[in-house]
Amino acid sequence: MGKIILDVSDVQMRFGGLMALSDINLQIEEGKTHAIIGPNGAGKSTLLNVCVGRLQPNHGTVMFEGTTLTGKTPYEINQVGVARVFQTPEIFPELTILQNVMVPAFAKRDGTFRFNAGGSLFGERQIREEAEHVLEDLGLTEQRHHVAGSLSRGDKRRLELAMCLVQHPRLLLLDEPTAGMSRADTNRTIEILKRIKERGMTKVIIEHDMHVVFSLADKISVLAQGRIIAEGAPDDVRGNPKVQEAYLGGAHL
Amino acid sequence: MSIPSPRNDWILMAVFTAAVLAMPVWLAPIGAAYPDLLQKFAIFGIFAIGFNILFGLTGYLSFGHAAFLGVGSYAAVWSFKLLTMNVLPAVLFGTVLAGLFAVLIGFVSLRRSGIYFSILTLAFAQMSYNLAYSVLTPITNGETGLQLTLQDPRVIDNAISAPGEGLPWTELFGIKMSGYPGFYFCAVMLIIAFFISLRIFRSPFGMMLLAIKSNQTRMSYTGFNTRPYLLVAFVISGMYAGLAGSLLAVTDPLAGAERMQWTASGEVVLMTILGGVGTLVGPMLGAGIIKYFENIFSAYNDQILHGIFAALPDGIEAVVVAVTGLFVGEGWHLTLGALFMIIVIFLPGGLVEGARRIKSFFVRRSLRRHGIRTDQPVTRV
Ligand SMILES: Nc1ncnc2c1ncn2[C@@H]1O[C@H](COP(=O)(O)OP(=O)(O)OP(=O)(O)O)[C@@H](O)[C@H]1O
Ligand SMILES: [Mg+2]
Repeated sequence: MGKIILDVSDVQMRFGGLMALSDINLQIEEGKTHAIIGPNGAGKSTLLNVCVGRLQPNHGTVMFEGTTLTGKTPYEINQVGVARVFQTPEIFPELTILQNVMVPAFAKRDGTFRFNAGGSLFGERQIREEAEHVLEDLGLTEQRHHVAGSLSRGDKRRLELAMCLVQHPRLLLLDEPTAGMSRADTNRTIEILKRIKERGMTKVIIEHDMHVVFSLADKISVLAQGRIIAEGAPDDVRGNPKVQEAYLGGAHL
Repeated sequence: MSIPSPRNDWILMAVFTAAVLAMPVWLAPIGAAYPDLLQKFAIFGIFAIGFNILFGLTGYLSFGHAAFLGVGSYAAVWSFKLLTMNVLPAVLFGTVLAGLFAVLIGFVSLRRSGIYFSILTLAFAQMSYNLAYSVLTPITNGETGLQLTLQDPRVIDNAISAPGEGLPWTELFGIKMSGYPGFYFCAVMLIIAFFISLRIFRSPFGMMLLAIKSNQTRMSYTGFNTRPYLLVAFVISGMYAGLAGSLLAVTDPLAGAERMQWTASGEVVLMTILGGVGTLVGPMLGAGIIKYFENIFSAYNDQILHGIFAALPDGIEAVVVAVTGLFVGEGWHLTLGALFMIIVIFLPGGLVEGARRIKSFFVRRSLRRHGIRTDQPVTRV
């Protein structure tokens, strides 16, 4: 096994009486694509929320390359190199697409606000070039001066992905990155994700679309009712009877 | 609509400068070209432009900006009393002190957003207002207001020459700062203020602020510690208010607590929304229009109204005068309220948005006439 980049240990998350996550242990290997699958309401998004600091777990810790993420604020977690694509796209609807990508690029550089006012007022050119480069990579160059709010749902997802990629995160968390996309767009996103894997970026991907999962994943964890019920290489998981049951007959697999 | 380019910005700057400096000329036909009113246009223009840096870019609606206006005025009058009648130190102190005060209020208020932020700022401003009337009387001179007196030390002036007869006047190296010179001094400040605001709007810093307004959630998951950015915006807009307050004292060297009252805070909100929140020239426009109409409407009284409606039959005249009388003089705020409601309901983007709509209507029509398709998506500026 390679180096562990993200280590979730004994994480428990309760919402009132509901145990959304119970004693989750999960290790993500550096450079790999790790898929998390499971039925609706299994707790997949909740797990990501714990990782990025949106939720504080009732118990347990999340470690990223030796630093503890639990207790940190979302912006601090991003600053150490974790970026996230949300289940419902979180973009800046009033800004242009180019600006949407420039903002995270600036954040990477000046987000902690170290009073380098000079830096955030100038050096715009380089940031713009980086942003345009990523947009080109994702095929959004033509629309770059349009307002982001006017994009289709699928394009918003692609934009959000661009906003994460421009930061060159060490770890990218993707919550259903292809939901709402056409088949062609889905395939294109798969291609993009494969390409960034070659650059050594670690990814955790939540997905319902098994075509996407089996095209990308090196390893799969199956979550059901807040527990990890199976884990392993894609082929092992596919044949696992517990997984088939969790998916009510397993017709999807 | 065009993408902002450096060239367009210089044109805008040039047009703005020319328009402001020529105000005594082009405002003459509507009877607004006298120094007192022109000074108010410039001063409240600065106030609104600064307010818009906070409200327009970040979406944080402060209901307490009058507090900074008041601080600016008091600081300026103290500078006149203690140091010199030269206006430059007064303006400097007014701006800086308001900025320091804004650091304090902003630091606390920005722990909350939305309505809670607004209420916190309102509470702070009302507190300042009440303090000015009570505990702080030694500094503010309470209800009477802070004024110049013959006993003021004015150390710098008195070191240079013996004090003259009577109360001195505010001056800039010998030029008396009332009337037109006073206006031109304010106008220069306004132009500088507008230029800085333009630079902020176009800078990456301005883009960050807009992004905070657009989606604060995304902003924090993007690695931004938003609070220092918000605080800087808050302090800058507080300094604009302080500058405006000190200019009020420059043109008329006295400061009263009523300048800090919530109605004054509300007025700058109205100006900004009326002109167009988040637009460059909107706030200036809104400030000008409100001050102009305030001047006209509040001058009317029942006698003038009787004169206007004299042609009507007596019974009807009495009714008409009674009704219109509600909207003028002291009641001019009723007109303002009605005007405000109309704008918010029918033109939420303010007057600038209205102008934009009219323009794009004509542009589209002429394009269509030339057989050019107009259904392409439009880039927003
Ligand atoms: N903030 C919250 N407060 C209360 N309950 C929550 C909260 N977030 C999630 N839940 C509950 O926790 C459970 C797990 O939700 P979660 O969103 O993690 O599921 P999911 O696996 O992402 O499902 P889906 O595939 O539909 O996105 C659900 O029952 C949900 O209602
Ligand atoms: Mg989910």
